[in-house]
Amino acid sequence: MLKIIKYSVFDLLRSRWLMIYFLFFLAASGLLFSFSGDASKTLVSLLNVEIAIVPLVSTLFGVMYFYNSREFIVLLLSQPLKRMTIFLGMYLGLAFPLSLCFLLGSSIPFLVSGDATADPLAFVFYLLTGVFLSFIFTAMGFLIALKNDNRIKGFGLSILVWLYMLIIFDGIFLYILMAFQDYPLEKLSLALTLLNPVDLSRVLVLLKLEISALLGYSGALFNDFFGTAAGIGMAFFAMLLWIGFPVAAVMWLGKRKNF
Amino acid sequence: MNAAIISIKNLCMSYGKTAVLKDISLDIRPGAIHALLGPNGSGKSTLIKCILGLVIPKSGIITADGIPTDMDWQYRRQMGYMPQIANFPENMKVKELVKMMKDVRNQAAPKEEELIALLKLEESLSKSLKSLSGGTRQKVNALLALMFDAPILIFDEATVGLDPVSRLHFKNYLLQEKAVGKTILLVSHFIQEVEELADDIIFMLEGKIYYQGSLQALKNNNHGDNLEKVIASILDPETPNLKMYA
Repeated sequence: MLKIIKYSVFDLLRSRWLMIYFLFFLAASGLLFSFSGDASKTLVSLLNVEIAIVPLVSTLFGVMYFYNSREFIVLLLSQPLKRMTIFLGMYLGLAFPLSLCFLLGSSIPFLVSGDATADPLAFVFYLLTGVFLSFIFTAMGFLIALKNDNRIKGFGLSILVWLYMLIIFDGIFLYILMAFQDYPLEKLSLALTLLNPVDLSRVLVLLKLEISALLGYSGALFNDFFGTAAGIGMAFFAMLLWIGFPVAAVMWLGKRKNF
Repeated sequence: MNAAIISIKNLCMSYGKTAVLKDISLDIRPGAIHALLGPNGSGKSTLIKCILGLVIPKSGIITADGIPTDMDWQYRRQMGYMPQIANFPENMKVKELVKMMKDVRNQAAPKEEELIALLKLEESLSKSLKSLSGGTRQKVNALLALMFDAPILIFDEATVGLDPVSRLHFKNYLLQEKAVGKTILLVSHFIQEVEELADDIIFMLEGKIYYQGSLQALKNNNHGDNLEKVIASILDPETPNLKMYA
């Protein structure tokens, strides 16, 4: 499998689109930093960029890469290789370079200016959640492409998944909070947050910033949970599950798919 | 006759509700060229894909060299497959792809040099795959399928994109390979090619095997000396002079 990963990474690192993705984060991070000059504020702005762009690009890349590699997958499948090796290798081979582009692109301006120290934990969490989101949504992209041979449908679905995680879920979340406002909702809102990796990333980073004090009662509530080691552990465990389920589904479907 | 190198028993396959292979049983003897013929949609490619494990059959058993193919993926070590369409990671160079295939198969490629010379691929080796023409890609595809010197070679309409000279080389190469004892399974719509190369014919019609046996016996049984006419008369007895069967 390491060989498949190696060659996928090797192939992708020369891709123009991956370069653009890296430059995008480099520019966003550099520009935001030079405008505000304040690491905390830059991080908040970057966080908003991260939770929108990383899932979108990872899903689309996952879908696109799978569709474009179809004949190559057939070639690999006709070699003495296990199906699981091929699919897992290609998945990791895409998720690693995507994460790397995000990591390097967003951290270089901070490291150069030496100003990542204002909220070091928030910065680390920002990078970590970005990597998690890359792995989660690349798996979603693979899953969508594996399930749908029709490319238009595949791309449509990936946009829909992205919109759901970024916007529609929050709408439903708010609606539930409104509809059941007479009941105690603390546990429910914590549980609901675990159900969306995008929200989870947002909460994890924001709570590590000083501005979390401005979030009022709900901030305090979230801080009580996500501020503790157990809470953080639980949140990252939830993120791991968010990677595990789609990857397991990719393996399950991949084993049964006809090419 | 030698024992079968590939043996298929009661193979059924359907895509959704459409049955593509209907209870196929087939033995492929080693050391011969077998041509798989039949009109479009008769299940030829699906049968080949089942043998390679690209398509998972609904029921039935396929054994390669006595090993059930659904139990052990290692059997593909014995096979070289050349599909009709060649598409590779576009940013890679040809020589990198060749190196990669050797690496993932974990096998030496004893025929590499010989085939590169035969297919005149020397100049393309340092080019990236996306810059190659369709025909050159197909040659790369041939190189990948043949260079491991696998004892079973499978071609799915593989000569479609090749120019006449390369096709001639290809045919001669197949005859050479047969002479050293390889088993070759060939899907082709070029009747002339089949007549020149094939020892055995497997004729498929609507997911079933209509005829399996030697080329000569097929001609004799159908009172014809021209394979094209024989096939046309099988498919449509009313119009024995039908030009193309597909």
